[in-house]
Amino acid sequence: MNMNPSSIQTAAAQTEVLKAVDLHSACAGPYSFTLARGRCLVVSGPSGAGKSQLLRMIADLDENAGEISLHGVPRAQIFAPDWRRQVVYQSAEPAWWETHVKDHFRQAQLADASALLAQLNLPADMLDAEVSRLSTGERQRMALIRSLLVKPAVLLLDEPTGALDESNTAAVEAVLKARLQAGLALVLVTHSAEQAGRLADDRLHIARKEAP
Amino acid sequence: MTLQPISATDLAIASVLVIVNAAISVSLGLRLHKPVLLAAARMVVQLLLVGLLLRYVLESKSPLLTTLVIVAMILAAAREVAVRPKWRLKGWQSYGISTAMVSATSIATVLLALLTAIRPSPWYDAHYAVPLMGIVLGSVLNSASLGLDIFFSGVTASRNIVEGRLALGATRYEALAPYMRNAIRSGLIPVINQMSAAGIITLPGIMSGQILAGVDAVDAAKYQILLMFILAGGSGLAATGSVYLAAKAVTDERHRLRCDRLRN
Repeated sequence: MNMNPSSIQTAAAQTEVLKAVDLHSACAGPYSFTLARGRCLVVSGPSGAGKSQLLRMIADLDENAGEISLHGVPRAQIFAPDWRRQVVYQSAEPAWWETHVKDHFRQAQLADASALLAQLNLPADMLDAEVSRLSTGERQRMALIRSLLVKPAVLLLDEPTGALDESNTAAVEAVLKARLQAGLALVLVTHSAEQAGRLADDRLHIARKEAP
Repeated sequence: MTLQPISATDLAIASVLVIVNAAISVSLGLRLHKPVLLAAARMVVQLLLVGLLLRYVLESKSPLLTTLVIVAMILAAAREVAVRPKWRLKGWQSYGISTAMVSATSIATVLLALLTAIRPSPWYDAHYAVPLMGIVLGSVLNSASLGLDIFFSGVTASRNIVEGRLALGATRYEALAPYMRNAIRSGLIPVINQMSAAGIITLPGIMSGQILAGVDAVDAAKYQILLMFILAGGSGLAATGSVYLAAKAVTDERHRLRCDRLRN
């Protein structure tokens, strides 16, 4: 990453991971926020207000304008796939494309993936299973493992516990809290006020955009 | 031996077969009699007009006229490639891709055949250039339009998968690779089938035509082999090139999938 050596970094700027100013697209925004290391920003708002669009804009999956930077480096200076490895977006219905779960991971990731299975109440042999045999909840937790193993600085999660019961939701939250402790910055879209209360350090409320 | 001339009466007798088809359609309620008769009439008019035009072009021996005919053929084929797929790019981009790929591959392969293998004199003799171009264009058209059709349908149907891979840091070509491979493969299957069936299941058009015209069967076979090589080369290049350009066109420089650039 190319940091400008002459820039003077304050203590706040050093822990600041993501900074967005007037991020907007044709159908959503503008949004401004900053996100520091180890903090969780909970995005709330009514259905259709553009919460998922916000996450997609941050990940640069949809055309958008405005300023956004990672560790002070503007997004435009970062090769798009590199940006998305640093700022990983996980949709509410994560996609799977290979027959077996393990084929969605690189060989070097498999050990780490196995280690996370137990923490998320998943059976130890799940990596060898066929994706089509997994329940929605199992797929959602496997997707979290897949996203975490990219080792992003920022994780954008869209309803990561939408299909989970209480105990599995707690397991996911425990894993997320451990990652936050380790410095991960999290942007979380959730409908659950309880979950927001348990995880939120910062909040962003989105209102439905008025039709022009 | 020369080709036996066919009289108008001969054609009229053969056309009874088409009328039989139409009668079957009426009696079985297939509602195909109109399309059958219309297609037959269209075919007669089209072929006679082309025959007259080609007779004129061949007799004129004019390189300019030959070029004009070939350009018209290329443009017609390119339009067909752009229009046939279920999905196409908005604006002129589909036409741009098809015109570029159809003209580049057909001209290159036909020139190769004319300058190295067939070597008529002059090399641009319309007797060779025009029919060769026609055969190559037919095959290139098929492969390129099949490739584009399969690619665009694959990408639009698997949009969430492509974006899922992009979201995990794949480049646009990494995310699209399975759909590109599948599309190019589909574009090549007709040529592969044509080659493996040639001589056993079907007697290819050129070879049949030359045998009918009195050419020695082995000479006719050699001509057909040469043509098959040209067709395979041209079609493979056209399918590959079209799919690559299409992959570039449905994504942008920020490696986003841009299905908004497609229309049904």
